[in-house]
Amino acid sequence: MDVVILSRLQFAITTLFHFMFVPLTLGLSILVAWMETRYVRTGDELYLRMTRFWGKLFLVNFALGIVTGITLEFQFGMNWAEYSRYVGDIFGAPLAIEATAAFFLESVFIGLWIFGWGKVSKKVHCFAMWMVVLGSNMSALWILLANGWMQNPVGYVLRNNRAEMVDFAALLTNPYGLIKFFHTIISSHLLAAFFVMGVSAWHLLRKSQPEFFRRSFRMAAPFALVAACLVMFSGDMQASVVARYQPTKFAALESTWETQRGAPMNLIVWPDAANERNAVQALPIPKMLSYLAHKNLNSEVKGLKEFPVDERPPVLPVFLSFRAMVGMGIFFVLAGIAAVIFSRRGLIDRQRWFLRLMFFAIPLPYLANQLGWIAAEVGRQPWIVYGLMKTSAGISSNLAAGQVIGSLVGFTLLYGGLGVLDFYLLTKIAAKGPEKSGIEKQEA
Amino acid sequence: MTLQVMWFALWGLLWALYFMLDGFTLGAGMLHNYIARDESQRQQVIRTFGPVWDGNEVWLITAGGATFAAFPTTYALMFSYLYAPLLVLLFGLIVRGVSFEFRGLNPGLAWKRCWDRAILFSSLVITLLFGVAFGNIFQGLPMDASGYHGSLLALLNPYGLLTGLFFIMLFLQHGALYLAVKTRGALQERARRTTRTLWPFMLAVAVAFLAFTAPATALYDNFKSVPSLWVVPLMAALELIAVRLLAGQGKWLRAFAASCAAIVLVVATGIVGLFPDLIPSSLDPAYSLSLSNSSSSPYTLGIMTVVVAIFVPIVIAYKIWIYRVFRGPVSDAAEEGIGGNY
Ligand code: HDD
Ligand code: HEM
Ligand code: HEM
Repeated sequence: MDVVILSRLQFAITTLFHFMFVPLTLGLSILVAWMETRYVRTGDELYLRMTRFWGKLFLVNFALGIVTGITLEFQFGMNWAEYSRYVGDIFGAPLAIEATAAFFLESVFIGLWIFGWGKVSKKVHCFAMWMVVLGSNMSALWILLANGWMQNPVGYVLRNNRAEMVDFAALLTNPYGLIKFFHTIISSHLLAAFFVMGVSAWHLLRKSQPEFFRRSFRMAAPFALVAACLVMFSGDMQASVVARYQPTKFAALESTWETQRGAPMNLIVWPDAANERNAVQALPIPKMLSYLAHKNLNSEVKGLKEFPVDERPPVLPVFLSFRAMVGMGIFFVLAGIAAVIFSRRGLIDRQRWFLRLMFFAIPLPYLANQLGWIAAEVGRQPWIVYGLMKTSAGISSNLAAGQVIGSLVGFTLLYGGLGVLDFYLLTKIAAKGPEKSGIEKQEA
Repeated sequence: MTLQVMWFALWGLLWALYFMLDGFTLGAGMLHNYIARDESQRQQVIRTFGPVWDGNEVWLITAGGATFAAFPTTYALMFSYLYAPLLVLLFGLIVRGVSFEFRGLNPGLAWKRCWDRAILFSSLVITLLFGVAFGNIFQGLPMDASGYHGSLLALLNPYGLLTGLFFIMLFLQHGALYLAVKTRGALQERARRTTRTLWPFMLAVAVAFLAFTAPATALYDNFKSVPSLWVVPLMAALELIAVRLLAGQGKWLRAFAASCAAIVLVVATGIVGLFPDLIPSSLDPAYSLSLSNSSSSPYTLGIMTVVVAIFVPIVIAYKIWIYRVFRGPVSDAAEEGIGGNY
């Protein structure tokens, strides 16, 4: 196998693994900070126990988010040296800013939060978690602006045999990056809310500490519903941006081959890339695709045949990932509505089928997040920077296939081991449940 | 040009700060398996750096990010040429990070001992590899028009290994001093004794390193042409000696401060010696990566300067505040809270 394929595989494995942990960090930090805020405001001990229990799960996850992130910071130089050299002038800046403006914030204040119980006042302790929220969500902004630039390069000129930055403001206001940020962090918040509801559902089914988990569930439910609606909304905006700046990706997301005005959206499709058509295509909604792409029923949607074959992404994985993500998005809205209704009316314990459903739904937002990235990144191929640089041109020139095979095997083994450990610890801590309250301890 | 020189200095400073701050965690990580005699003492050691190690490691990420933003060509070539050692370094950092966090999450003693070994081993590997990497950068990498001609084995040359050993000794000493300041009781006693035992070995390695640098590298050329620069390595040597004198008088905090200064000055010596190259070529100086041929455009450097001027003071301010919150030795009783897991 050649170095480019191997390096792509390695990049995909290491980033997707990083993104197993990132969304829970982004979302659960907010919920924990909110629980602690309620504790500081009301003095209710139940909120303190909630802060600690969910906080402990947060920390296990956070640790892996950090260690897997370091790999990515170095990997651009290790495997994609030609890319780094060519675009570093503009692409390196957001990465460096991310470290100074965001990583310090989250890592320093998480230290205070973990070790600061009793050392600082309750308010300051709670403030530390809000700083972690700020730091991690800020870090997402910068890295997504960097990624947004690869999707839609702006604010540069080609000079001195590379891309040089000439307009920093354009980088900051890149619509692709900003909407990506919106969509990605909200998806992460959604994941965290479903995580809290799912774990709570498991305990409610067993009637262990019902008061504790009823309240946790009730806190997460509206958060989940709002996030699910915003994910749909931002996803729709995202799709328009894709149609505008990356017509090849948009065509692949929908598996559209012919350019058409007033294009319909087919609910059932199976692509047949070899023959440049869809093997199955049924249940059209008239003009829907044109509307989704350009918010205009009669606008023109470009088909893949419009583009040279060597500039088209692989259609099947992009199309399937996208469909599955959108399908789950609809499910999350419905589940969010049900969760809010049941938990508001205090009926949640009785809806055993629903609790079971919520427990088994824990992996779904994880899957949707991963598939979203696959759609976005594979859909960008064969470009590493859309329209500017091909992925194959970005590779490090000195790498031998053997080296990358070695590192790929190393990462797979190490990450596999860490994944197993993480899963073991999370399930163990989650299943054990919170520490007993003072009163319950005395009674026992 | 002035911006490039400033970023070169900043680049060196970031590495120096990283080694100064992570150095004591790495040192303590290498020591804790035998300085601490039982589980409660081991927890105590880990709690000395628990609140701060992650924030300190971010200096490394910043050094990496700053290299990318300010010297993209150096970032690209340094990281791809040193692929294999960097990979091992990354694995070390990953293992160390999870070990700190995971060791407290399961009650079994066997589980904890397993992570203790992981901490020892990863700290050792990280320190050694940083030393080897910098030793080789000081010597220059074999690169020319057709790329890189080195190999993993070639990096393990005598001077590279000596630099690795020097880093190990420096950080062991640094970590022992940190523990001498941050612990109490029997543990503190052992940490103090360890610093005294370590010192002569550390000094011997330091002298060998400084002496061997003359034939192995071109680092001293800059000092020869501007003799007033000798003050930097001289100060480094004086601080290394001050460590022992202050420790002998029982001024442990000041001894630790001297060790901090020594690490910064040692790195500064290397950086001053490298100037204006970030990575010299050992084959042909025309292919050295210098601050002028590998840097970003003036526009990007200008933007990054503004960013640094805004954020770095803020970072330093809240870091100082955190160190003040956690000042003083850690107690040996298991502390309240989630930190009690450690
Ligand atoms: C949408 C969010 C997002 C995305 C797309 C990425 N990350 Fe990330 N990253 C985070 C959100 C995040 C975070 C939430 O801020 C983390 C996860 C857990 C944590 O502690 O911080 C983090 C941690 C983290 C760390 C460790 C920070 C520390 O030690 O505190 C590094 C070096 C990176 N990331 C680097 C990257 C790179 C180079 C990426 C691109 C390829 C990347 N991340 C994708
Ligand atoms: C954490 C979230 C991310 C995930 C899950 C992700 C996923 C992926 C995947 C699956 C690929 C492989 C595509 C293929 O080989 O066809 C890829 C490639 C790539 N992505 Fe991302 N990505 C993420 C974030 C980013 C970010 C934020 C950046 C830039 C700042 C980035 C830069 C790249 C680069 C440079 C490649 C090169 C390899 C290639 O194009 O194949 N990625 N990513
Ligand atoms: C419900 C309707 C949804 C729509 C219309 C939608 C739309 C999109 C589009 C068009 C992209 C590609 C962006 C690009 O190419 O750069 C994308 C990416 C992504 N989606 Fe969705 N999405 C939806 C639901 C979800 C859900 C439910 C999740 C997860 C919980 C999710 C998570 C992601 C992620 C993580 C990415 C990659 C990052 C990005 O490019 O923004 N999406 N989505």
